[in-house]
Amino acid sequence: MKKLPLYAIAHARSGDKGDGSNVGVLAYDDAGYEILREWLTPARVKQHFGGIVRGDVERFEMPNLKALNFLLHDSLGGSGSASLKTDAQGKTHAMALLRMEVEVPDDYEPPQIGTSGATAPGGEL
Amino acid sequence: MAADRVVRLANGQGFWGDSVDAPVRLIEEGPLDYLTLDYLAEVTMSIMQKLRRRDPSKGYATDFIDLIRRTLPTLREKRVKVVANAGGVNPEACRAVLLEVAREQNATGLKIGSVTGDDLMDRLDELVAAGAPLANLDDGRPFSEIRDRVLSANVYVGSFPVADALRRGADIVVTGRSTDPGLVLSPLIAEFGWGATDWNLLAAGTVAGHIVECGAQCTGGNFSRWWEVEGWDRLGYPVLEASPDGTFVVTKHDSTGGMVTPDTVGEQLVYEMGDPSGYITPDCVVDFTTIRLAEDGKDRVRVHGIEGRKATDSYKVSISYLEGYKAAGQLTISGPDAMAKAKVCADALWGRLAFAGVTFEDTVTEFVGANTCHGDIIDVPDNLAEVVLRVGVKDSDRAKVDRFGKEIAPLVTSGPPGVTGFAGGRPKATEVLGYWPALLDKRHVTTTVDVEEVG
Repeated sequence: MKKLPLYAIAHARSGDKGDGSNVGVLAYDDAGYEILREWLTPARVKQHFGGIVRGDVERFEMPNLKALNFLLHDSLGGSGSASLKTDAQGKTHAMALLRMEVEVPDDYEPPQIGTSGATAPGGEL
Repeated sequence: MAADRVVRLANGQGFWGDSVDAPVRLIEEGPLDYLTLDYLAEVTMSIMQKLRRRDPSKGYATDFIDLIRRTLPTLREKRVKVVANAGGVNPEACRAVLLEVAREQNATGLKIGSVTGDDLMDRLDELVAAGAPLANLDDGRPFSEIRDRVLSANVYVGSFPVADALRRGADIVVTGRSTDPGLVLSPLIAEFGWGATDWNLLAAGTVAGHIVECGAQCTGGNFSRWWEVEGWDRLGYPVLEASPDGTFVVTKHDSTGGMVTPDTVGEQLVYEMGDPSGYITPDCVVDFTTIRLAEDGKDRVRVHGIEGRKATDSYKVSISYLEGYKAAGQLTISGPDAMAKAKVCADALWGRLAFAGVTFEDTVTEFVGANTCHGDIIDVPDNLAEVVLRVGVKDSDRAKVDRFGKEIAPLVTSGPPGVTGFAGGRPKATEVLGYWPALLDKRHVTTTVDVEEVG
């Protein structure tokens, strides 16, 4: 096995949902989706977020979009309008999850993604 | 009706405070049958209730009046109809002002409709007496806990009343708290004659509305691979080409920036998603695991396969109430040793308040630039060039929150060196709104549709 950052395998979006936030993670290909279904368990996601997620993590499967949806309960420090945090709506939680390292088989090669083949100018991705 | 008949809809406003030019450009830059606009959020509803209490002729989104004043000749010329939840807590007053604007512009024959019945603010005691529990949907707490602090209470009504107004010839329809996807579903019901039990079609129209309800978030905005997006300065807002069979294409006008691909649309599909197999609206229950996306040329995504189920017997009610007061302020601390000095500032601030006998129900201390957003997920570099100290408090006692606001500026002269960036005066206490979702049996709610023609 080897490790890859989640953003090599998937993209994501997050926002506020009920008492916390949700993160939808979309794999780029079928192999990536199978890896995510195996690796990206609610327990691992909760551990990754550390002190940010104080409640449970729930997971839902959307095979039609090669996607997993996570509900991160009690992750905003109060509900959206009542939170004192800068990110009161969990808008940055998707980017936080994409930083996670994922274990993949040695022979797995992430797909060529994107329209231009370019990488982010910031150099982190 | 021809099988290949297509209705073009665009959403030009994703939330209260979204781009003021986006809807104008959508009207001007391409073919369009309907423009939808979302102006409401919980915080907006409580502000509008406050405005209406002060003046019974207020309580709607005045931005929308400005937009119609600016675009009415073009809307008429291009025969674009408009559906907006700009009515806030006073859709009838909003319609009255729109009629005035139309008369000023001699828009004879223009029909303006409104839908009312969603506002429960004056009916709460009646509903409680009739046995509606209005308990908190998330945790079951009884409504009596917040009854005397309620600032707004609205039911998310379905899409058929707006469709009714459109069928009666309305060119502009204003509603109160309709659902965001319903702004798109209503015209499709009116155009294609979809029925109240056509669950798959109603689900399809709901998904179409969900995709465009946040404006540019499906056309390149907020996209994970942001570096692929071109034309940020003229980012296009979404356009839908909808067909009677419930399939539709998501696209944007050719002259605009941004991009529409299965990836940009897919990200928006999962936005603010709970259980994807049961997305509940007043009109139906949508199964998001049935949605199929297919590329259909440049900046075109075809969406099909959507299935839905029977609607539930309840409406969702959105109640806001006064939960207390909050304030937040910040200081910028330069290096060397920015982080160490910021921590001294924070400790001094909280220590001085405690010494003065002032404590709070909730506080926050953030070091912006040193990982406010992602906590311990990544390591913070040892030597930051500078850091922003952000502090905030929440309390039910307004005086304590105002007292907190007076303790930030003194740190510029009574803290470590290199502290600056205190601008804008002392932070003032603002209201904290609590959000209270509840369910209400549909038999308690009656909507009223009015359509009036400019003579």
